[in-house]
Amino acid sequence: MTTAAEPPRPRWLTMLRLHKIPSDSRPSPVVQIAALLVAFVFLLPFLVLVTTSLKTLPEATAFPPTLLPDDAQWGNFKQALVEMDFLRYLLNTLLVCGLNVCGTVLSCAMAAWAFAHFRFRGSGAFFALTLATMMIPFPVLMVPQYAIFRELGWIGTFKPLWVPAWFGVAYNIFLLRQFFLSIPRTLTEAARIDGCGEIRIFVQLVLPLSRSALLVVALFTFMYHWNDFMAPLIFLTDDTQFTLALGLQAFQTQLGGVEVNLLMAATLVMILPVTVLFFLCQKSFMQGISLTGLKE
Amino acid sequence: MKMTRTDRHQLASAALFLSPWIIGFTVFVALPAILSLYFSLCDYSVLTEPVFIGVGNYTDLTRDALFWKSLWNTILFAGLALPIGTVVSIALALLLNSPMWGKGIMRTIVFLPSLVPLVAMGMLWQYLLNPEYGLINGILQPLGLASPDWLGDPSWTKPGLVLTTLWGTGNAVIIYLASLSEVPRTLYDAARVDGASWWQQILNISLPMISPVIYFNMIIGIITVLQIFALPYVMMGADGEPARSTLFYAMYLFNQAFTYLRMGYASAMAWILFLLIALLTWAGHRASRRHVHYGGA
Repeated sequence: MTTAAEPPRPRWLTMLRLHKIPSDSRPSPVVQIAALLVAFVFLLPFLVLVTTSLKTLPEATAFPPTLLPDDAQWGNFKQALVEMDFLRYLLNTLLVCGLNVCGTVLSCAMAAWAFAHFRFRGSGAFFALTLATMMIPFPVLMVPQYAIFRELGWIGTFKPLWVPAWFGVAYNIFLLRQFFLSIPRTLTEAARIDGCGEIRIFVQLVLPLSRSALLVVALFTFMYHWNDFMAPLIFLTDDTQFTLALGLQAFQTQLGGVEVNLLMAATLVMILPVTVLFFLCQKSFMQGISLTGLKE
Repeated sequence: MKMTRTDRHQLASAALFLSPWIIGFTVFVALPAILSLYFSLCDYSVLTEPVFIGVGNYTDLTRDALFWKSLWNTILFAGLALPIGTVVSIALALLLNSPMWGKGIMRTIVFLPSLVPLVAMGMLWQYLLNPEYGLINGILQPLGLASPDWLGDPSWTKPGLVLTTLWGTGNAVIIYLASLSEVPRTLYDAARVDGASWWQQILNISLPMISPVIYFNMIIGIITVLQIFALPYVMMGADGEPARSTLFYAMYLFNQAFTYLRMGYASAMAWILFLLIALLTWAGHRASRRHVHYGGA
């Protein structure tokens, strides 16, 4: 494959044998130790998060940091969640996420099916245009979107955060189209001969066949809006409407950088749902990530 | 050209299924993009009608010290975060691709932080990087290493942010792992027959075979890092303290638009960002033709 001059061969690297050389060799102890070390480093911030959220304030700000709290302060969670008004923010976030998931899945599946299945003039050009919109960074769109939403009287409501999703998201249209292309035409032709209309074919044949791909889109949409900070920051004005991302930031301001143990408790609670979701749908996650990374 | 009945049916059905996206594309993407270009040529505060001023915003930008500062901050940060992030995530992928005990658990642990919402990540790392009681200096100091003021010393804030983003690099690692698993075994077998060491196999098989994915990740990385906002905003405040060392491009743009209501000025900034991203993507594409190997699976 490459005929370049032979590269220098550092001895210490040869000794490490980091890379899998496919063979039935057993794990080298060096690899095993390195992997354990890496795992520990990545896990450490989570451990600090959990222990700090259970510490008293003096313990949380001691130096050098202590390992475990003397006495687990479970009350921190209650205090943080009440002071932060967590429940309200959670409901707001779930509402925004839910509306986005439903809207994105429906509108993107429809558009993707049109691009994947029907043959019409300009189909290729419109699809290319759709892909091109993925290149436009949000900062370009946010100012005029603000102006448009203001004209519609939507600033300070949830609408700017979820209505656009019901009209398609380029990236997900692209993803679903790739999947729909794999549905054999003979299947839809057979249904058509049996007298099925286009809508019925879509709802009763295409959607059920694509459950796994739709789940990927739903998951990634949920995650995106659970995490989104910039759009709520721009479009929401009233703190009773804040999503969790904004609420957590407001809580930080409210604490004035003092009670880090309470802040860590609130942070932990915001992370937990996505973590649980990941463990419930691990397969879809991995499928989705390799879809986004690999397929042209 | 006359349409047959099938053509008409196809077009009508497509129009039905595409109707939401046609509206969405027009109202939420195309119209804003055109408006943005127009606003960038206007004095516009959103409260009053835009007033056309030609290229005034663009010429003002060239004289705006903070604009240059935020651009320079962003480029510096990208120059630090992208190469380090790429090397670290490829190294992690090569490691986690080796035979070992508990491979699935290790991969999950490395991936997990990338699920953490940026705001939450910011809160956590602000605590970890705290010079007085944070974990990072708690580890560095006993080892006799420098324990910098990650959040207060302008020359250490960007490295602090890089550390934070490195923790969330698991997404890229998983993508590299997926592409490594698609490299045909036979290539390694052949190389070993020829007496290639494992290091040569990495250099001459693994890396060239996954180079399209490395290229893809770097392009996505450039686009993402040039727009970095949430993390520095929650960790360092809207003005990117200290000494505006973390005032990044998107933050300054946001402040101009929504704090000072200089929407025209912000739109001009947005278009410069867009052009910068397009230029870098194009340059990356040019470079890829020399360095990316597309012969693979």
